[in-house]
Amino acid sequence: MNAFSSPAGIKDGKSVGRPVPRLEDERFLTGRGCFIDDMQIDGMAHAAISRSTHAHARIVAIDASAALALPGVIAVVTAADIADYPGEIPIRLGPLPGFQRFLQRPLASGVVRFVGEPVVLLVAESRQIAEDALELLSIDYKPLKPVVSTNEALADRSIIHEKAGTNLASSYRVTDGGDIDEAFANADYTHKETFRCHRQTAVPMETRGLLAHFYPNGSPYRLRVWGASKVTFFNRQALANLIRLPKEEIELIEVDVGGSFGARGEFYPEDFLIPLAAMRLGRPVKWIEDRREHLMATNHSREVECDLEIALKRDGTILGLRGWIRTDMGAYIRTNGGVVPSKAAQFIPGPYHIPSLWFEVQALITNKTPIGTFRGPGMFEGNFFRERLLDIAAADLGLSPLEIRLRNLIKSTEMPYRAPQLVPHELSDSYDSGDYIAALRHALDTIGYDRLLEKCGADETIRYGVGIACYVESTGAGPSEIARLTLSRNGRVTVNIGISASGQGHETIFAQIAADELSVAPQDVAVAHGSTSLVEHSYGTFHSRGAVMGGNAVLLAARKLRETLLTLASRRLNVGEEELELRDGSIYAVRDSGAALMSFAALVAVAREIEPGIVNGDGAIEITAKFKQKIKTFGYGTHVAHVAVDIETGKIDVLRYIVVEDIGNPINPLITHGQVIGGAVQGIGSVFLDEIVYDADGQLLTGSLADYLVATSTEFPHVEAVSLNLSPSTLNPLGVKGAGEGGIVATGAALANAVAHALAPLGVKITALPLNPNNIRRILRDAGH
Amino acid sequence: MNASGDLHAIELTVNGAAVRTEVPGRLTLADFLRDRLRLTGTHLGCEHGVCGACTVVVDGASVRSCLMLAVQADGSNVLTVEGLAESGKLSSLQEAFRAHHALQCGFCTPGLLMTAHAFIEETPDPTVDDVRLAVSGNICRCTGYLPIVEAILSAARARKHGQL
Repeated sequence: MNAFSSPAGIKDGKSVGRPVPRLEDERFLTGRGCFIDDMQIDGMAHAAISRSTHAHARIVAIDASAALALPGVIAVVTAADIADYPGEIPIRLGPLPGFQRFLQRPLASGVVRFVGEPVVLLVAESRQIAEDALELLSIDYKPLKPVVSTNEALADRSIIHEKAGTNLASSYRVTDGGDIDEAFANADYTHKETFRCHRQTAVPMETRGLLAHFYPNGSPYRLRVWGASKVTFFNRQALANLIRLPKEEIELIEVDVGGSFGARGEFYPEDFLIPLAAMRLGRPVKWIEDRREHLMATNHSREVECDLEIALKRDGTILGLRGWIRTDMGAYIRTNGGVVPSKAAQFIPGPYHIPSLWFEVQALITNKTPIGTFRGPGMFEGNFFRERLLDIAAADLGLSPLEIRLRNLIKSTEMPYRAPQLVPHELSDSYDSGDYIAALRHALDTIGYDRLLEKCGADETIRYGVGIACYVESTGAGPSEIARLTLSRNGRVTVNIGISASGQGHETIFAQIAADELSVAPQDVAVAHGSTSLVEHSYGTFHSRGAVMGGNAVLLAARKLRETLLTLASRRLNVGEEELELRDGSIYAVRDSGAALMSFAALVAVAREIEPGIVNGDGAIEITAKFKQKIKTFGYGTHVAHVAVDIETGKIDVLRYIVVEDIGNPINPLITHGQVIGGAVQGIGSVFLDEIVYDADGQLLTGSLADYLVATSTEFPHVEAVSLNLSPSTLNPLGVKGAGEGGIVATGAALANAVAHALAPLGVKITALPLNPNNIRRILRDAGH
Repeated sequence: MNASGDLHAIELTVNGAAVRTEVPGRLTLADFLRDRLRLTGTHLGCEHGVCGACTVVVDGASVRSCLMLAVQADGSNVLTVEGLAESGKLSSLQEAFRAHHALQCGFCTPGLLMTAHAFIEETPDPTVDDVRLAVSGNICRCTGYLPIVEAILSAARARKHGQL
């Protein structure tokens, strides 16, 4: 374990701030977790989906007769069968003007627009029969010209959505601060560079899956869907609209979820199709995505190009930054809307003071899998573009990477700092707190930067380099979150919350927060999460908001419960509230080492007598609280990478990788440390290995985990995370900032800078990811090496 | 083509219990364990032998149960994640995973535990590089592997010292 800075303000006997081992671990370690494919219901049928084998084609005819003739096949559903449903999957976040023309229907109607688009839903008695029957479907396609790059999309020679008449889904210009032309006119130095970030996908270890069951006479729920995650309440509303049931009659149930990283849990075509099949057939229907389907049908992310231009004074002071951003959105605009392109623009300024900013953002439709989010969406890309350009400019001006950053980083004395307003129609944000320079210095000290620079240079074929990347990260998206605490007649505390979990350790941290307020142990608090029946509403788990919004809701509810218990006990015992305290699940006299005055269970048992109406129908005390915060809280930090590049093979070794991050008060340092290390390795892997590749016909070439490579245990073992606690958030009572994305957001930036540093003497430029051996060798070969 | 035809009689031991049944020729060991025996701790992450989530121990060796047919397990001794804890007490390997926060979502965890279990039996005194190599066929997207390697090393050390 690496050292954590010891969080300030943690009192004895409190669990918040301590590395408490996770409460959810035991069921996963013993095989008793319940993931969606572990569920079986009597009478369950199994669905499989026939997906487009063409990137762009007209559907001429579908003949399902042979498939339907196979014993065990129950039903076949095509677009024609669901034509009377409203159909289009809605945008959840980042609606940009024009996007409504590019929404996806659950099954392709008339035209298929990417390899993997659902065309036919097939239901059978077993998954094996369903998959056999897919082979018997006859679908006649007439190929159309595919569009596989943003340049082709912009040319508009082949139009993907005929009614829209263009492949440009949306475009906007945005500016912040002073006049950008003036900034460039007054500059001593300007430089423009084209950067490209490659297409990736999140690859959670568990593929998507759903189990739906319709109860015609059920009350209150007629439709239950298991396998929900991330944003269950939004998805319930979306399903209600699409399937034409009141949302009150639908329950979305979260079971254990094997990772999300942004991709899993959005509303996909199957989130309509599987419930629909269950309703139509009157039987439970299950669908489990296979890995090939996952790689072609679950959201991709990150494919952004940017022409970025910087204006500087001779001393390295930034006067202005302008950029032209083009994002390959794939074939449809899905639930994440314009999050990727707009956050790329939003986070290009990063943690620096930049007086003038100007961006043009274009979202382009191509014949590829639609783009959604992957951990740190837009931020990963924006950080890479900016940090790389800073190093290029610094070298031209004879400044070190450290000098140009120190010259421009926002100072702690400037906090809160008004964040540039670069996303249309979004609330104004501030960087709430932080010491960005301290994080940078801490990172450099940790890696021994000066000593490493001296040692950089070359062996015979190995070149060494060090790269720095500073970042700021928005976390804790609002506007509110609800938590309900229940103290039952047997003295058990339960937390109900709408925040979903997919590995973040929410059951532990929410238990810790409640336990501290009620003076019980975390293992004495049960946490129920995610399902739509547990609380009235939730905005869900995204934008590093679980601990920030959910955690503070639990804190408020637990405080209210604590106060309620003291009030009730005071009235029962005829003692002043200030003379009582909670300890180990009982009421005690303050600082009295004698016996408890009464247990929680005993207090609940008599609560009705003290205050009629305080207990619910189950005889339990129930307290609900809402935490409201519309303003985001910003984490920040610095990544430093030390790499060795083999110029003969193009292979890169990461000799050491340091993440220094300030997320305010960590609730559980074991968990936050795990988030940073896990995020960093995921990001480092994505810089060298992960890449979604299409050929010129729009065929996906990376349809298995043998082709789409992710990090394994041998590749990146030298990663360290240091958590600072310099600036607790001022925007919530726990003082927390989101911890889920800081580990990944600057990996592309730091590694590209390190590789560029290593190869600088060879006269090559690094402006595109991934940095795989093929690309490195090509760059070196082009430069004559 | 027919999932129910082509039945083969098999006899094997799973987590110490004798199992005698008939299975279709094309049924994988993973589907047999999960769907027939309801041992759902064995997970399927890719069904093409790359991710390692479905790893179980067959006659002492770690194998991918998605690439092995149930009929091939005839006469074998199979250990799954459900068989690691003894009378409700976590094994030292399972305990080490918890102590080192070597799991987040928990989906890859059973496969990693089974790989590590077989590895420690074969290699009681491993180096850190041995451990990294041993689990290099198991993909984890959450942890970055570092705590997994630490957990396995510490479990191997605890086991060795326990035997001294």
